[in-house]
Amino acid sequence: MGLSASSVPRVWRERVVKYRLLGSKCIKCGKTTYPPRKVCPYCGSTELEEVSLPKKGRVLSYTVIRAPPKSYLKYSPYVVALVELEDGTRVLAQLTDIEPNEVKSGMVVEAVFRRYREQGEDGIIEYGIKFRPPIK
Amino acid sequence: MNVEKVFVVGGGATKIGEHWDKSLRTLFVEAALEAVKDGGIELSDVEAVYVGNMSSGELQGQEHLGSLMATWLGIPGVAAAKIEAACASGSAAFHQAYLAVASGVYDCVLVGGVEKMTDAVVHDVTAALVMADDAEYTAFTGASFVGLNAIVYRYYMEKYGVKQEDIALFSVHDHKYAVDNPHAQFRFTVTLEKVLSSPLVADPIRLLECSPIGDGAAALVLCTEKFIKEKGLNVAVEVAASTAATDTISLADREDLTTLTATVKAAKKAYRTAKIEPKDIDVMEIHDAFTILGVIHLEDLGFAKKGEGWKLVKEGEIEKDAKIPTNLSGGLKARGHPVGATGVYQIYEIYQQLMGKAPNQVDGAEIGLAQSVGGVGGTVVINILRRVR
Repeated sequence: MGLSASSVPRVWRERVVKYRLLGSKCIKCGKTTYPPRKVCPYCGSTELEEVSLPKKGRVLSYTVIRAPPKSYLKYSPYVVALVELEDGTRVLAQLTDIEPNEVKSGMVVEAVFRRYREQGEDGIIEYGIKFRPPIK
Repeated sequence: MNVEKVFVVGGGATKIGEHWDKSLRTLFVEAALEAVKDGGIELSDVEAVYVGNMSSGELQGQEHLGSLMATWLGIPGVAAAKIEAACASGSAAFHQAYLAVASGVYDCVLVGGVEKMTDAVVHDVTAALVMADDAEYTAFTGASFVGLNAIVYRYYMEKYGVKQEDIALFSVHDHKYAVDNPHAQFRFTVTLEKVLSSPLVADPIRLLECSPIGDGAAALVLCTEKFIKEKGLNVAVEVAASTAATDTISLADREDLTTLTATVKAAKKAYRTAKIEPKDIDVMEIHDAFTILGVIHLEDLGFAKKGEGWKLVKEGEIEKDAKIPTNLSGGLKARGHPVGATGVYQIYEIYQQLMGKAPNQVDGAEIGLAQSVGGVGGTVVINILRRVR
């Protein structure tokens, strides 16, 4: 884990985007991205508006992390998935409330606010969006 | 475009492995001295040094490699800098060295790549490698670099209906050729059964489908025609094209997960610059950090349709005497992948092929290609070398 990972101001400034799943929508080409940005990566337009992204989507592909980087060692194994939200925006996030062997590509998931990692006894606790099978 | 022709005059490389007794600088100096000697030049001829390296800051607590290596080569005074583009750092450094000579500003440039990975424990190396992707939004999820490639791997298999056993064959191929390569890390063969029964690292990727952690350095000397004439050197290989392209750094922004758009763009430019087509290439080294990448690169470089790259491997088309001899060094899987050095190793191996000095020599090889990838395709650098006599 690099120094930046334990930076308190970093976690603070990213909280809005990471807690609420905010993105940007390009007024010119209509595509949305997560996280929000100033320039559209698809058409280069600078006319973008910040939008709340849909909370539901489906798993495009996924993996089970069995040899994690240092700051995630104690959580192993866990599932990281590329999720396509209902409006087409793609978000990389962990899956939760599901066993690794139950995950399938194409399955429907919904966003939920969860803890990501603790940085030791004195460090900051990082939260963010994970996805889970929808509660019926 | 009015540029100087750029020639490769010499090369050197250390064996890749666990060099407990050698530091970052020791490895670099060893490769650099060999390259200078091989080129028949003096260190004092070198006007600029480019050092390809990804993680010295994280793994050694050392940056400022330009000055460090110039100091330890006894040539302080030259222009020098570290070039970083994740796993493509070495080839990106070569691209800069090429530009420096092609521009006519320098007549003789030393380019080397170096990585010293065994100074750190494995989960620290894992953390360093995922810095190739977006730290704030990708590494934050706990994804490892292997994991990101695993997401591509699964998607590829499901999209094209390809079996893992057909993709994993790339590892068997690499190991077979590494046996004869004296600087390869793993000089032994593996069977498909062994690959498919090795432990899962990030599903579906298994351990024997992954390039290893290792230490190594490789170096090359580039120069102008004017320099060759002045020194009376006998030079046989020119850089026919050196191109680079980027793509979005993270998979989430890609519309097509199974194509490395940066490869397609860099290859198109490189083929046009060198005035060749894929079929003209006699030998190539491609960046198969994981088996799936080898398959995807064969497609993106123009040798197979999407979803069919694995067939070339299975049908023996990438063997030494076949259609497109590939990774005769052992590739990233078995030659090894000391990250920031790999791009230079690849070009060094192509250079050896064109000089007729390679361990798995392709008879009469005239044109060779090296493709190098940073991150999950965020950077791709392609270099094409041509034998001129």
